[in-house]
Amino acid sequence: MRDRASGRTVGGMRTLFLQAPAVSMLLLWMLVPLGMTLWFSFQRYNLLNPMISGFAGLDNYTYLLTDPALWTAMGNTLLLVGWVLAITVVGGTLLAVLFQQEFFGRGIARLLVIAPFFVMPTVSALIWKNMMMHPVNGVLAWLFNLFGFHAVDWFSSLPLTSIVIIVSWEWLPFALLILLTAIQSLDDDQVEAARMDGAGPIAIFWFITLPHLKRAISVVIMIEMIFLLTIFAEIFVTTSGGPGLASTNLAYLIYIRALLDFDVGGASAGGVIAIILANIVAIFLVRTVAKNLET
Amino acid sequence: MRLQHAIIPLAGAMALASVSANAETITVATVNNNDMIIMQGLTDEFEKAHPDIKLDWVVLEENVLRQRLTTDIATDGGQFDVMTIGTYEVPIWAKQGWLTQLDNLPEDYDKADILKPIRDGLSHDGSLYALPFYGESSMMYYRKDLFDKAGIEVPEQPTWDEVHDWASKVNDPDNGVYGICLRGKPGWGENMAFLSTLVNTYGGRWFDEDWHPEIDSPAWHKAVNFYVDLMNNYGPPGATSNGFNENQALFSSGKCGMWVDATSAAGRIYNPDESKVADELGFAPAPIAETPKGSHWLWSWALAIPKSSHAKDAAQTFITWATSKDYVKLVGEKKGWTSVPPGTRESTYQNANYQKAAPFADFVLKAIQTADPTDPSAKPVPYTGVQYADIPEFQAIGTQVGQMIAAALAGQRSVDQALSAAQRAADRTMRQAGYY
Amino acid sequence: MNQTLSKKLVLTLLAWFIALVVFFPIFWMILTSFKTEGEAVATPPSLFFDPTLAGYHEVMARADYVKFALNSVIVSVGSTLLALLVAVPAAYSMAFLPTPRTRGTLLWMLSTKMLPPVGVLMPIYLIFRDLGLLDSLTGLTIVYMLMNLPIVVWMLYTFFKDVPRDILEAGRMDGAGTLQEVLYLLMPLTLPGIASTGLLSVILSWNEAFWSLNLTTSDAAPLTAFIASFSSPEGLFWAKLSAASTMAIAPILILGWMTQKQMVRGLTFGAVK
Repeated sequence: MRDRASGRTVGGMRTLFLQAPAVSMLLLWMLVPLGMTLWFSFQRYNLLNPMISGFAGLDNYTYLLTDPALWTAMGNTLLLVGWVLAITVVGGTLLAVLFQQEFFGRGIARLLVIAPFFVMPTVSALIWKNMMMHPVNGVLAWLFNLFGFHAVDWFSSLPLTSIVIIVSWEWLPFALLILLTAIQSLDDDQVEAARMDGAGPIAIFWFITLPHLKRAISVVIMIEMIFLLTIFAEIFVTTSGGPGLASTNLAYLIYIRALLDFDVGGASAGGVIAIILANIVAIFLVRTVAKNLET
Repeated sequence: MRLQHAIIPLAGAMALASVSANAETITVATVNNNDMIIMQGLTDEFEKAHPDIKLDWVVLEENVLRQRLTTDIATDGGQFDVMTIGTYEVPIWAKQGWLTQLDNLPEDYDKADILKPIRDGLSHDGSLYALPFYGESSMMYYRKDLFDKAGIEVPEQPTWDEVHDWASKVNDPDNGVYGICLRGKPGWGENMAFLSTLVNTYGGRWFDEDWHPEIDSPAWHKAVNFYVDLMNNYGPPGATSNGFNENQALFSSGKCGMWVDATSAAGRIYNPDESKVADELGFAPAPIAETPKGSHWLWSWALAIPKSSHAKDAAQTFITWATSKDYVKLVGEKKGWTSVPPGTRESTYQNANYQKAAPFADFVLKAIQTADPTDPSAKPVPYTGVQYADIPEFQAIGTQVGQMIAAALAGQRSVDQALSAAQRAADRTMRQAGYY
Repeated sequence: MNQTLSKKLVLTLLAWFIALVVFFPIFWMILTSFKTEGEAVATPPSLFFDPTLAGYHEVMARADYVKFALNSVIVSVGSTLLALLVAVPAAYSMAFLPTPRTRGTLLWMLSTKMLPPVGVLMPIYLIFRDLGLLDSLTGLTIVYMLMNLPIVVWMLYTFFKDVPRDILEAGRMDGAGTLQEVLYLLMPLTLPGIASTGLLSVILSWNEAFWSLNLTTSDAAPLTAFIASFSSPEGLFWAKLSAASTMAIAPILILGWMTQKQMVRGLTFGAVK
């Protein structure tokens, strides 16, 4: 051990020393619960019924993997992440371009538009559920009626869409904030030169602004993905994963197992599957995105 | 007697001096229902009467509370001294040895005064494990004004077929009145509490004698088809997100012609401060279909002391106070008699003040007394409970079935698909738990 | 000239329209908090009414807002400071002393965040019980620190990476040790970035609602637990809920608005340049 350490460069030693606190803490945070989760996932462990106990073998996994709910939940997880990413990145980019322009009261308008990011997810979900999307008393229902449409029964007829709307509303400001910042560093001379050459606004956006934003967009995708994979509060408050399984994602499915069924064994198996899924996504997506971040 | 009078304040003062410094603090976990909020509001009264005990409140919405309490008690976390739990949890938790037995209650507590079905529901092996804070059954509320206009006479015992007919007559969505409001929010304590009673009265049951689920039986089909049809035609939009609270808000703001739900709502929707329809409120027993058995449920929110509590004596002092006759009187005098926690004590229903203030009192008492959790269905059952089965697995099953039925109500699946999926899910859970 | 003015007017209209639509739910909630319960559910929704503080009074009577708010402040600021303390050295070494494993370590750190917390609730609950950390500010602070650490390390890493190496080299020539190098050269240079990272971490901790609900009871309960006692109770509750929600988000919203410029500056400096 000592030989190896002394054989290394001073830099290596310092790397070890400097990273040690963060890495070891995260390792502990990751490995201890993970180890226990793995252990539980092979046990019969139901909180409500201590009589059921002992080694379960692969029972928890076969039970979960043969559950049709699992596949629905995985699909919903990906749909949710995909749609919210698409909406916030596209919307965020367009809004960033808009809010970069000179207009009256820009400072205040910007403050208003980034506000949703600061609101607790629970509170946003409660606002949308009770005041916006409520089919009888909601503002949207009132608006729809005003224009002669039938009020939409959001959470029962369009459950996943409703969740996507709420979550996008929360994260759009974040995307906007980051992309706006990035756009401000765009070289004005370059834009001016392009305009001189007769490029229209769309061409400028497509060939100059967008490539410039590539890295910022990667940042947005990366950070959002981390949070979107584990969306929970919005579903818990509004649809409770339903109707049926229409808005149950993986995090919510595990919640059902762990805290509604109190089946710790089954929930742990779900947790292990979520970790595997997370790592697949991490490898698959984060690496392609991360490439944009190097340079 | 005289002497005692003289000594008690003195001793009290001494006790105060020595104890107030290290008064025992007990943590009380409860639901954010109105009756509990009133209890929380009376903290000062309790602390004045018991200066050596301080109350620390944790008030949470029902779902969050239930998961918090279960996690804590099952892992022996010891975070709470008093837990608010229901008739479903008490026998199961008592059996696990998680709750403190309440055998040495003070004489003046008058255990015999507690309504028998409620008392039985909170007992295990003949001992009491929780004290009822309030109790409820289910019944039908309707709008007298709308019914008069439609020329409807409500008989002493309405049937579901009649309800269907009435719903079609009073339904007037253009003026913001829906024929009937019923629970649709998924959950074993939400839509399934109501649906269980509907299934019971159509002659169905949760499990057969060998614990095989019977969710795809004809009785279930009939009941759920009836429910979905009724709600789709005459129910409010967004019914799948309406639980008890949402429906109460709808009914008290005048948007429902009828509502079949907990008797404990009666005090509030009869209170003109909280309800626009207080003057037009009519009551009837819960409707029946093929059998009266199990047509109305029985539930009680009760206060229990976990074994892991470090202040059991203080906790018991508190729960006996909060469920005593004196507490009922205190609330009646301070907050008005309609706000009294209902459904727990005979004496409440004999109280002249309460009878005067609450014309629904007799209905409620009768509903509670006729609800029989030990015989909830026309067919024999291996479980206890009208709107639930008292096994730990029921929460999981009830929640899953509730989700499926909500999907049927939302029109995402047919009733057939929903029930067969529910049956499969229930079967999986029972098999995994080793019932067969 | 005229054309630019009319263009500006059109832009103003469009941007303000979008800003108002996006902000509307929050505005509506604040408005509702000043209504009576009856007005709160009125259809059509009432825009003009006699404002009342009844909702706020009722909320204050039922829960000790100051205690909850103070817990939120302590936990979110404490966890952020701790996270920065641990993350600065780690990010420093990743940025300036990269090894082949650096990228892997970074990605692994981020992937720890993709596990739904509910999956590890039971293990954490048991550990916390045994360590006596349930319902303690210390416990919650530690959890939040660990929760945000990956993001903090990663953001700091991107900021640090953009610092020209020769500046640090020059410092090293002058005989500065690692500590001095970080304290006197790196920190001042990247202060905007560090500040915006810290702000993000404070916001995320403030808004976290899973661990706070499950690991606290009363002593350490932050504002998210405060909200949970007002959501979906019996009867009409929208005005009360709105009042409670407004109180819960007001501090962080104001902080966010005040530091918005700062955050933007920090982000420009680093990750998204």
